[in-house]
Amino acid sequence: MARMKFICDAERCIECNSCVTACKAEHDVPWGVNRRRVVTLNDGVPGEKSISVACMHCSDAPCIAVCPVNCIYHTDEGVVLHDKDVCIGCGYCSYACPFGAPQFPSNGAFGLRGKMDKCTFCAGGPEANGSQAEFDKYGRNRLAEGKLPACAEMCSTKALLGGDGDVIADILRTRVLHRGKGSEVWGWGTAYGKPNGGTLAAPNGEKKS
Amino acid sequence: MRRLQFAVLAVAVAGLAACGDRDQTIGPSNSRHADTNLWEIGTSDPSIAPGWTPGNAASWEDHLRRRTQGQNDYAPR
Repeated sequence: MARMKFICDAERCIECNSCVTACKAEHDVPWGVNRRRVVTLNDGVPGEKSISVACMHCSDAPCIAVCPVNCIYHTDEGVVLHDKDVCIGCGYCSYACPFGAPQFPSNGAFGLRGKMDKCTFCAGGPEANGSQAEFDKYGRNRLAEGKLPACAEMCSTKALLGGDGDVIADILRTRVLHRGKGSEVWGWGTAYGKPNGGTLAAPNGEKKS
Repeated sequence: MRRLQFAVLAVAVAGLAACGDRDQTIGPSNSRHADTNLWEIGTSDPSIAPGWTPGNAASWEDHLRRRTQGQNDYAPR
């Protein structure tokens, strides 16, 4: 069974925000909610690096641990999804998430906080695959259509890789071997376990003898 | 007398049964939400990518693995 993961290759990201745009357009994400965003480190300084950040679908997701109504769950493919019919909008998940992924629409009166919204790895929610109800609550279910997340498929430089963790780790490893640098994968250890003692080692590009 | 004792015991047992409550433990046993498998989608959906058979898990996994490999610009074409 594939374990879905994201990798953002900071050596390739050019901060074009096409991943952000693709996500918003694909899922009809409302104003004020950004399931994905591009963060630039040392902006304006030579050598600045940009990374595309969203829910990383952690192996041991802290949001699942803290949700008081148990509305967040793992699918068999390792995607972290949530049930908006159960969510009470308490916001605990947003405090627990190391990536700032959970978003809360606040378009009601008095800054009323709505139900949590976040990246679904384009895998929809608990409703029937491809149904209108699923689209209205969670956006398109591209995985069920045999496609990868829109952000990764739209990435012009292929900086953002999405899909089976083994395959994308192998892709990055090949890149690092060719260019000889840029093996640091931001967020990989936090989301999927530390290289030593964790679940899966980050791809470091070292040749195996 | 014995009949009275039995009646009191029966009432006591029935009363204690009312103290029962649903299990409220959060854990792996009740954390699995009802969600359909990703490869189970209606074949009439026009958005389905060609190259796999809807409803077939192996076909879906193989198709996604090939599609993921499409992100590899070092892979032979």
